[in-house]
Amino acid sequence: MIYILEDAINGVLMGSIYGLTALGLTLIFGVLKVINFAHGSLLMVGMYAAYWAIILTGVHPYVALIIVAPVMYLFGYYLQDIVIKPIFKAEKDVREPITVIIVTTGVWYILDNLTLLIFGPTYRNIQDNPLKGKMLEIGEMFISVPKLWGFVTAVVTAAAVYWFLQKTRMGRAIRATSLDREAASLMGINQFKVYNVAFGIGTATAGIAAVTLVPFYNIFPSVGVLFDIKGFIIVVLGGLGSIGGAILGGIIIGLIESIAPQFMTATWTEAIVYGLFLVVLFVKPSGLFGVKYDW
Amino acid sequence: MSFLEVKNIDVYYGDVQVIFDLSLEIAEGEVVSIIGGNGAGKSTLLKTISGLMHPAKGEIFFEDTAIQTAPPEKIVECGIVQVPEGRRLFTLMSVKDNLIVGAYNSRADQYANTTIEDVYTLLPRLQERESQLAMTLSGGEQQMVAIGRGLMAKPKLLMLDEPSLGLAPILIKDIFQTVRKIADQGTTVLLVEQDVIHSLRLSDRGYVLEHGRIAMEGPAKDLLNDPHIKTAYLGL
Ligand SMILES: Nc1ncnc2c1ncn2[C@@H]1O[C@H](COP(=O)(O)OP(=O)(O)OP(=O)(O)O)[C@@H](O)[C@H]1O
Ligand SMILES: [Mg+2]
Repeated sequence: MIYILEDAINGVLMGSIYGLTALGLTLIFGVLKVINFAHGSLLMVGMYAAYWAIILTGVHPYVALIIVAPVMYLFGYYLQDIVIKPIFKAEKDVREPITVIIVTTGVWYILDNLTLLIFGPTYRNIQDNPLKGKMLEIGEMFISVPKLWGFVTAVVTAAAVYWFLQKTRMGRAIRATSLDREAASLMGINQFKVYNVAFGIGTATAGIAAVTLVPFYNIFPSVGVLFDIKGFIIVVLGGLGSIGGAILGGIIIGLIESIAPQFMTATWTEAIVYGLFLVVLFVKPSGLFGVKYDW
Repeated sequence: MSFLEVKNIDVYYGDVQVIFDLSLEIAEGEVVSIIGGNGAGKSTLLKTISGLMHPAKGEIFFEDTAIQTAPPEKIVECGIVQVPEGRRLFTLMSVKDNLIVGAYNSRADQYANTTIEDVYTLLPRLQERESQLAMTLSGGEQQMVAIGRGLMAKPKLLMLDEPSLGLAPILIKDIFQTVRKIADQGTTVLLVEQDVIHSLRLSDRGYVLEHGRIAMEGPAKDLLNDPHIKTAYLGL
C-alpha cells in the first residue's frame, strides 16, 4: 500500500512537470488558435540552453532559470514575429489558419535537425548536479527531490501566468484577443504584438519546464517529441486554452503512468492514457476542467 | 477643415464591391446618423473608417491626417472608436475587465481609473454588475457595456453600429438617451441605425445609404419629413 502512495506522489510530481511542458501549448492555442507543433522542439531547445548554462557556469540547475526563461521568451517572441506572423497576415481572415500549423511543423523539423547537426545524437545529462538522484525520505517512502522542485516550479509558474493574464494590461489584451480578435483590434490592441507576446510567454514556460527536467532527464535532439504527444493529450484533457487544466491534465497523466504499472504490464499504461484521451474527446471535447477558457 | 472627411471611397469584399464612390463629412461636435436597410453597407463603411478594411480607392481624413491605410489600433489612437454591431463583448471576461480593455490605447490608458468613474456615473447599472461575466448580462446591459467600453477609449469620434439592435422598445429609449448624453458632453457621434425615427431625432444631420451609395443627405429634421424616407423607411 505504501508503495502505491509513494508511486502516486511521485506521479503527481512528474505529472505537474508534464503539465508545465504543456502550459505554453495551451496558451498559444488559446490566443493564436494554432496548434504549435514546434512546442516540443522549443522545450528541447530550452533543455540544451539549460544544459549549457549549467555546464559552463557550474551553477545550481535552477539558477539557470535567470538565463533560460528570458532567452526563451525572446526566442519565441521573434520566432512568431519573423517566421509565423507573415503567414498569419496572409491568412488573417481565417479563424484556424492551417498554413500556420504547417509552418510550426516546419520549425519543429528544422530545430530538431539543426540540433542534431550541431550537438550530434549523443544523450547528455548533467552528471554532478546537487539534485541528481536525491531522495526525500518520509517514513518508508522515497520522494524524488528534483521532481518536487519541478512540482513547486510548475505550480508557481502556472499561478504567475494566470495572475499576469488576469491583472495586467497586456494580460487583459491577450485574453481579449483570444476571445474576439476583431473586437480587440477595435480596442486599439495590435493583435500581432499580442501574438508575439503570447508566443514568447509560451516559449518561456517551455524553457522553465526544460530547467525542471534537466537535473534528472536525458537531453537529446528528439527529446521534444515525447513531450509533444503528451502535451497534446494533456491540453485536450485539461481543456484547450486552460492554464489550470494543463497542470491538472498533466497530473492525471503522471498518476496513470506511475500507478498503472502496479497492476498491469507497463505497455498497457499508454493504452490507458490514449483511451482516456479518446473518451474525453468523445464525451467532453471542451476538456475535463472549466469552461472553454478559464482566464 | 473638417473633422472626419470620407472622400470617394470604393470598398470590396474580395471581388464584390459593396461601397461605391462614397463621400461624407462630419464636423466636430456634430451628431450624424447614417440610415439604411439591411445590406446597404453601413457596417462596411464603419469597418473601413475603423481600419478593419481598407478602401480600394478614395481617401479618409481625420483631423487632416489621411488614415485610409492605417491599421485599426492606430485609428483608435487617433481618437476614432467604434462600438461594433452585435456588441462583440469579451464574453468570458468580467464587465469591469471589458471596460478596462476599452482603455487599452495609450491615449486613454493613463486615465482609465477616472474614466471608469465617469462611465459608472453615466451607466450606474454597470457598476452593480462589474464583477459579472459579460456573457451573463441581458441584451440591454450588454449594449451598455459595449457603449461604456467605447467611452473608456476616450473617443473624439464615437461610432455606434446599430446600438438598438435586438432590444425592447423601452431599452431602445434608454440607449438613445445615453447616446444623447454622450453627445451633450461634447463627443462627436456617428450613429448607424435602422431605427430611423429615434436616430434622426437626436441627430443634427443624416445620410441615407442605399446599395452602397449615399442616396440622400441633409439636416435630420428635413430627412424626417421627406416623403421618400416616409415611404421607404417609416412605412407611412
Ligand atoms: N465578410 C463579408 N464577405 C462578403 N460580403 C459581405 C461580408 N460582410 C458583408 N458583406 C456584404 O456586404 C453588403 C453590405 O453589408 P453590411 O454588413 O455593410 O450591411 P449593413 O448595412 O451593415 O446591413 P445590416 O443593417 O444588416 O447590418 C451586404 O450585401 C453583405 O452581404
Ligand atoms: Mg450592419
